[in-house]
Amino acid sequence: MSTELSNTNASEIGQALLAARRKAGSPSMGMVLTLVVVTDERDHYDALKVAHAVSREHPSRILGVIRRSPRGAANVDAEIRIGEGGGSGESVLLRLSGEVANHAESVVLPLLLPDSPVVAWWPTKPPDDPAADPLGALAQRRITDTVTNPRSKIPALVTQCRNYTPGNTDLSWTRLTPWRALLAAALDQYPARIRGGRVTAERANPSADLLAAWLSDRLHVPIERASSKGPGITDVALFTGGGEIEITRPDGRLASFSVPNTNDRPVALKRRDTAELLAEELRRLDPDDIYEATVQAVCRLSDADGNAKPPKGETNKPAKQSEERGSGSVSKPVKKPAAAKATSRRALS
Amino acid sequence: MIQVPQADPNPLRDPQDRRLPRIAGPCGLVIFGVTGDLSRKKLMPAVYDLANRGLLPPGFSLVGFARRDWADQDFEQIVHDAIREHSRTGFREEVWRQLAKGFRFVPGDFADDVAFSQLRDTIEELDRERGTAGNHAFYLSIPPRFFPDVVAQLKEHGLADEHIGSWRRVVVEKPFGHDLKSAQELNAIVSEVFPPEAVFRIDHYLGKETVQNILALRFANQLFEPIWNANYVDHVQITMAEDIGIGGRAGYYDGIGAARDVIQNHLLQLMALVAMEEPTSFDAYSLRIEKQKILRSVELPSRLDLHTARGQYVDGWAGGEKVKGFLQEEDIPKDSRTETYAAIKLGIDTRRWAGVPFYLRHGKRLGRRVTEVAVVFKKAPHLPFTETATEELGQNALVIRVQPDEGVTVRFGSKVPGTAMEIRDVNMDFAYGGAFVESSPEAYERLILDVLLGDPPLFPQHEEVELSWQILDPIIAYWGNHGHPEPYPAGTWGPKSASDMLARDGRVWRRP
Ligand SMILES: NC(=O)c1ccc[n+]([C@@H]2O[C@H](COP(=O)([O-])OP(=O)(O)OC[C@H]3O[C@@H](n4cnc5c(N)ncnc54)[C@H](OP(=O)(O)O)[C@@H]3O)[C@@H](O)[C@H]2O)c1
Repeated sequence: MSTELSNTNASEIGQALLAARRKAGSPSMGMVLTLVVVTDERDHYDALKVAHAVSREHPSRILGVIRRSPRGAANVDAEIRIGEGGGSGESVLLRLSGEVANHAESVVLPLLLPDSPVVAWWPTKPPDDPAADPLGALAQRRITDTVTNPRSKIPALVTQCRNYTPGNTDLSWTRLTPWRALLAAALDQYPARIRGGRVTAERANPSADLLAAWLSDRLHVPIERASSKGPGITDVALFTGGGEIEITRPDGRLASFSVPNTNDRPVALKRRDTAELLAEELRRLDPDDIYEATVQAVCRLSDADGNAKPPKGETNKPAKQSEERGSGSVSKPVKKPAAAKATSRRALS
Repeated sequence: MIQVPQADPNPLRDPQDRRLPRIAGPCGLVIFGVTGDLSRKKLMPAVYDLANRGLLPPGFSLVGFARRDWADQDFEQIVHDAIREHSRTGFREEVWRQLAKGFRFVPGDFADDVAFSQLRDTIEELDRERGTAGNHAFYLSIPPRFFPDVVAQLKEHGLADEHIGSWRRVVVEKPFGHDLKSAQELNAIVSEVFPPEAVFRIDHYLGKETVQNILALRFANQLFEPIWNANYVDHVQITMAEDIGIGGRAGYYDGIGAARDVIQNHLLQLMALVAMEEPTSFDAYSLRIEKQKILRSVELPSRLDLHTARGQYVDGWAGGEKVKGFLQEEDIPKDSRTETYAAIKLGIDTRRWAGVPFYLRHGKRLGRRVTEVAVVFKKAPHLPFTETATEELGQNALVIRVQPDEGVTVRFGSKVPGTAMEIRDVNMDFAYGGAFVESSPEAYERLILDVLLGDPPLFPQHEEVELSWQILDPIIAYWGNHGHPEPYPAGTWGPKSASDMLARDGRVWRRP
């Protein structure tokens, strides 16, 4: 069921949501979170489709936000959908143009579900500092995908890491879970001391750099970063006294797993679709401590490489404003300084 | 089981890293009775689904044992078909290829020594070639009368011997005996060969999300605990209703019946989880202690004729289909006295539950398929409304829906809009998520993974099994000496004696 409102405001949208739920015959709200999807005209269709799929696992109110040109008269249009795609939640697609495009948070804030978590997701084009973004500041969890950054990917990753604030995560980290699980399983099977390692992937692959950073942080050894044609990560090796533990995945699907003294074994290691990644993110909404340690390792490695620090907080959005507007429950997360100390080298090429 | 802490913990693991799934260590699974119904419909698909979710270790191996003249490739085909037809997550060629490398088949009868020594060779070969490291679970998906043979063969051929740093486990399916005595005998046979922590008794109900949610609901909230006792609770109804008949399982069902098949295990376990005190932690041992305390304090009604009921379905219309009666089902003797419906009233002799009856019922060919636990509260001690205003107001209830529509319902009174003052019962529902790829694993996936991880919180041990039989034996003995089960038409909510049994206490069964 869908309702369209033009030239409207948050209070009318709120009433329309209530009316739509009643009309659908199911006025109760079993939703567990609000998912703010910051998107644009080109990508909103795919992004909302993914969000709907995920709301089958995590019943949510989905607020799609399209910020159009800030020139001209302020206008808010809204498209309300209930019970879409079998999902149990509801969604509002907001199109903001004119001055209000710079004040999206003023429309979103009144539409947040009471007393439940808020997650902001940038399916494409992540801001440099998600926590400083006025929409990001409303959320306790901010999900970006560095791969979609139109800028060059590795500097983009380093920028994300430098601007890390508890509650941030990036899908390039989520993509690594199966690799990390398999590597941990490898060390369960072959618990040897690791002397070094190597991650091979496409040249510009933020996941590979995060993986190298995670390994070097956990194992306290230097991890080389080598290039291949991809897709994605193609090979990870850990060096031990008895030989190499190696996982090779040339085709993006089936990997070969080898530990010293046993035959190689095939292991399915698929690249997951966005809905699966997002669903994994929504399972835990507290800050991801391991990710934090990993982004700090990325910063250290980058410093050791002598990369110039990119300017902080490039977005320069008025984060203060939303803070004042926000109810007591929406507080701006405290930024942790990324400890910048050079220990290891060479992971970021 | 107490896990021996590793001297050198894996540096890639961290308790904070909750994204990393728990992947079973190197191991293999041997299924006896691999041609059977359970194996094809549940076990093999669950193994595949686990692999698809990345939860099986590299090198995981599956050995099938059955009296067929098959080669490994034929077995592969059988597994392939079973997975294609019954797996929950989509079929993916690469997952299949990963798994298929580890398939082995051993042909033979349970009496066949050659077959068991071949099994031994196969397992040793897997340890060498696929790194299963001596860790193997034996799944007895076979009729229980063969348990003793197989267990004896496992011992005879050294298959049950654990070596330092490796494990051997055995998985048995219900029924765990058919009364206390047979359960004790069965346990004696198994425990002679396997230590208690290596025996996993599958109760697939306990692998369901909602059952675990009972623990979350009770012990993570402040809201319910204060009223979870005899001061506020009037009674508890635990229902497991099936809309199907016995299908092709006459051989298994006749002589067993509803009480042994379901109440002894699933319903008494559910009751224990609902009634138990807060465990000191959520490890297997602490949970078991609390469940056992409840089972030990169960008190039977003194008049079994008045406070139990049993029935047998007769032909009728169920959900728009004409169906046979129990006695007309294939291979059921015309004079069978096996009950297809059973209801019992139990008390729990503790301070918390003194005077609160627990009504347990299970039946086949009932109105619809549903399992739920309903905690029904007492009426408010005083109602400052006129009698007419509250005529439609019943008792508050908290209902834990276990299947098929998993969730929680709260029932309470609310004013009817527009009327002067008219109060009636309303329901508030919560359902967490639906069938998403990862989120709601089949019970068997979880249980098999728990077996491979050696994590037994959800598996009943022999004390619980024996305590449950102690509760049920007198009832079944009484029924054995007193006539026939009462007929009820298929597609209804059971025999009249069941409603009478509650009416005697001034109560009614919920229509679930
Ligand atoms: N099916 C269910 O939904 C379900 C539910 C709960 C518990 N269970 C329990 O699970 C176990 C298996 O159930 P099921 O339904 O799969 O039973 P089933 O279909 O009757 O299968 C029994 C298996 O045992 C094998 N077998 C029987 N006698 C044998 C012998 N003398 N030598 C070698 N193999 C023999 C059969 O092989 P052949 O093909 O060669 O006969 C078959 O593979 C039983 O303990 C049952 O009580 C089943």
